[in-house]
Amino acid sequence: MRPVNAPHPETWLKVTPSGLYCEPGGFFIDPTRAVDRAVISHGHSDHARPGHRAVLATRETLAIMTARMGEGRAGETQQALPFGEALTINGVRVWLRPAGHVLGSAQVCMEWRGSRAVVSGDYKRQRDPTCAPFEPEPCDVFVTEATFALPVFRHPLPEAEIARLLRSVALFPERTHVVGCYSLGKCQRLIAMLRQAGWEGPVHLHGAHVALCRTYEELGVPLGPLRTATVAKKDDLKGAIVLAPPSAVADRWARRLAEPVVAVASGWMRVRQRAKQGGVELPLVISDHADWDELLATAAEVQAPEIWVTHGREDALIHALSLRGIRGRALHLVGRGEEDEGEEPAAA
Amino acid sequence: MSLPAFAELLERLVFTPGRNGKLALLRQWFAGQPDPDRGVGLAALTEELRFAAAKPAVIREIAAERTDPELLRLSYDYVGDLAETVALIWQPRAGVNAPPPTLSEVVEALETTPKAEVPALIAGWLDTLDAGGRLALIKLVTGGLRVGVSARLARVALAEWSGQAVEEIEEVWHGVAPPYVPLFRWLEGQDGRPDPRDAPIFRPLMLAHPLEEADLAALRAEEWRAEWKWDGIRVQLTSGPGGRRLWSRGGEDISAAFPDILAAMDFHAVLDGELLVVREGEVAPFADLQQRLNRKTVTARMQREFPAAVRLYDLLFDEHEDLRPLPFDARRARLETWHARAAPPRMELSGLVPFGSIDALARLRDGARAASIEGLMLKRADAPYVAGRVKGLWWKWKRDPLTVDAVLMYAQRGHGRRSSFYSDYTFGVWRDDGELVPIGKAYSGYTDEELAWLDRWIRNNTVNRFGPVREVERGLVLEVAFDAAQLSTRHKSGVALRFPRIARIRRDKPVEEADKLATVMALVENRPG
Repeated sequence: MRPVNAPHPETWLKVTPSGLYCEPGGFFIDPTRAVDRAVISHGHSDHARPGHRAVLATRETLAIMTARMGEGRAGETQQALPFGEALTINGVRVWLRPAGHVLGSAQVCMEWRGSRAVVSGDYKRQRDPTCAPFEPEPCDVFVTEATFALPVFRHPLPEAEIARLLRSVALFPERTHVVGCYSLGKCQRLIAMLRQAGWEGPVHLHGAHVALCRTYEELGVPLGPLRTATVAKKDDLKGAIVLAPPSAVADRWARRLAEPVVAVASGWMRVRQRAKQGGVELPLVISDHADWDELLATAAEVQAPEIWVTHGREDALIHALSLRGIRGRALHLVGRGEEDEGEEPAAA
Repeated sequence: MSLPAFAELLERLVFTPGRNGKLALLRQWFAGQPDPDRGVGLAALTEELRFAAAKPAVIREIAAERTDPELLRLSYDYVGDLAETVALIWQPRAGVNAPPPTLSEVVEALETTPKAEVPALIAGWLDTLDAGGRLALIKLVTGGLRVGVSARLARVALAEWSGQAVEEIEEVWHGVAPPYVPLFRWLEGQDGRPDPRDAPIFRPLMLAHPLEEADLAALRAEEWRAEWKWDGIRVQLTSGPGGRRLWSRGGEDISAAFPDILAAMDFHAVLDGELLVVREGEVAPFADLQQRLNRKTVTARMQREFPAAVRLYDLLFDEHEDLRPLPFDARRARLETWHARAAPPRMELSGLVPFGSIDALARLRDGARAASIEGLMLKRADAPYVAGRVKGLWWKWKRDPLTVDAVLMYAQRGHGRRSSFYSDYTFGVWRDDGELVPIGKAYSGYTDEELAWLDRWIRNNTVNRFGPVREVERGLVLEVAFDAAQLSTRHKSGVALRFPRIARIRRDKPVEEADKLATVMALVENRPG
């Protein structure tokens, strides 16, 4: 689709030690160290780092960054760019489209001299009541993640997983169900899905999850009644659902719970032996990353002849793309996959 | 009921850590499933099903037909288990709307389908199932479910569900075959107890209680008989026109691992004894017997290097005559007469230990330091042979444990209720060159308070982490009790402990004063020379 005389994106979108750099625009996308100008796809800490001078992102991502890093640390100057609006930075047209990963998550779309590249950040195609759904943007180069890029990863319907959780709660009314999940995105998505499944009672939270739930609500995502698990009495937690960081569910913190059923909500739960090693009793396969089918479907929809893979299982994805006549390139960006479920969990 | 229900049972069993949780799931299965599927499921769980035509290679082959080889290889590398890889990677053919098969359909079809058509049969089933169902099917047809359900646990679940005593079920268990319809009919009260006729079946063993100091005073020497308690495994030998079997204490058939014993069972009787490795009349340490255990087959060389033998304790059946109601003395007399007449190779009587008084017996016990002897068994002279652990008829009187002061080296988290606690401890002693060498691992013996204290100490003194294992500061001495020390080539220290457990936390003791390896070596019974 690129006009014949338009430059290839590799001539103007460069891999540097700090991350992807748009040379004519003079800005980085999700840089791993503090820079002068940064465009941020979403608020997870491996994409949004503190200390940049100027930050461009969605309003929600800016709010999440400020909530996590503190006032002034999330960019000396912040500029919000709504979906559907475009800016021109030194001749590069820049706009954002929803990535469906967490609240505020965006694909960074850039066009320079008729050549278009889209950096997706992390994304998923499954339904998520807490954020806008992914929208494909046709382009010359699509930059994708590959967290779950193996054909063994096909996420089941998240509604069915939530139903399994609720069946288990009904089966063990005397026990606390503690669900390990990351504090930004997964936690709020689980709460919203529990609400849709008819769970009207309180959801209890580990202290680490409280602040971002408040931020979500301030940004217009209602989560219903929430309680702090830390101050609840053991008896009050019988039959309760508690959300906590994955590192806490099988550790000392969980001793305060009533005979906990340990659940973890993550795409990694698909592989049984891995889930078992972590001491998980109820694995819930719920992911905020694209699974194998979603990665390939997205590759087809964006119609890009070339796809760059930032992090994850590049080899399988690049092989599968080559079978479809798409050129794949592994970028080996450093420092990705360190928050949310991007990183495979170590055994407990 | 269809295969998805079985898949859900497997899934729950795999992730349910506790025994009680597993029992509850099994009871629910027996209560809720129709015949013959519940029996087929039971047979699959207890690994009684074998299909010659459905080898893992067949699964690999049908997966390769449907999948890009490079993607299959990368996926298998990642997952590490072929059955699970194929279950997850399988893409059902579009338009398949056949219902999933039932368990009994699977079993029946596999038994009647020609070998060449088995791959297509399995592929067709896989197309009707979701990922969990596919995994269950593959595990079912290739064997090896590995969901932590032993045959013994399944029988306990049957007992709890039906209200029949587990001993009663054990006695018929080996006389019934999958899908166990007569067994279920009996357990549901619709029919009489299945009659095993001449089939070689397991009779539940009579077991002993540990003897405490308080019980000792009440014992009158003349009412009791004493035997050595050998450090092997309790077995039952069943032989007759219906076949020969060697059963473990829990009723598992271990015949295949002991062809040497089976060959020696040229008689018609049921015997109780201790399985040991014996060389030139000397009982070898337990570690030698371990080489022979848990094997499906055994080489001629293994049989030569670790020759098995049985020390006989009791005679339960002489041909068709059930001797179990007779008093011990009468059975013992019959055993001695029988043994003199039958004279089976590899089988000696376990001798009675003569004693004049309980005090004299106590001295004998304290003097018994051979590694092959765990202590004494006391049996009432007038007691019949009854299944299970009936108090006051048999006592086991283990000799006092040995102890060593060892240094805590590594700790690992436990499972289930203990999953948030560091409850498994590796400990070591000092070698002469000043290096600390591990000599064993213990995960029992402490109180809940001691466990909590140890957990805290470990977290505060961690110097290194290796996955689930923490290496700790060499700063804590544990008094470890154990039954025997034996030479071992598998341990860096060269010594292995039997039944190590934590006796005390020695907060008072500086680590430099923990025991030396030489001290432990002096306790080893099978030292050469």
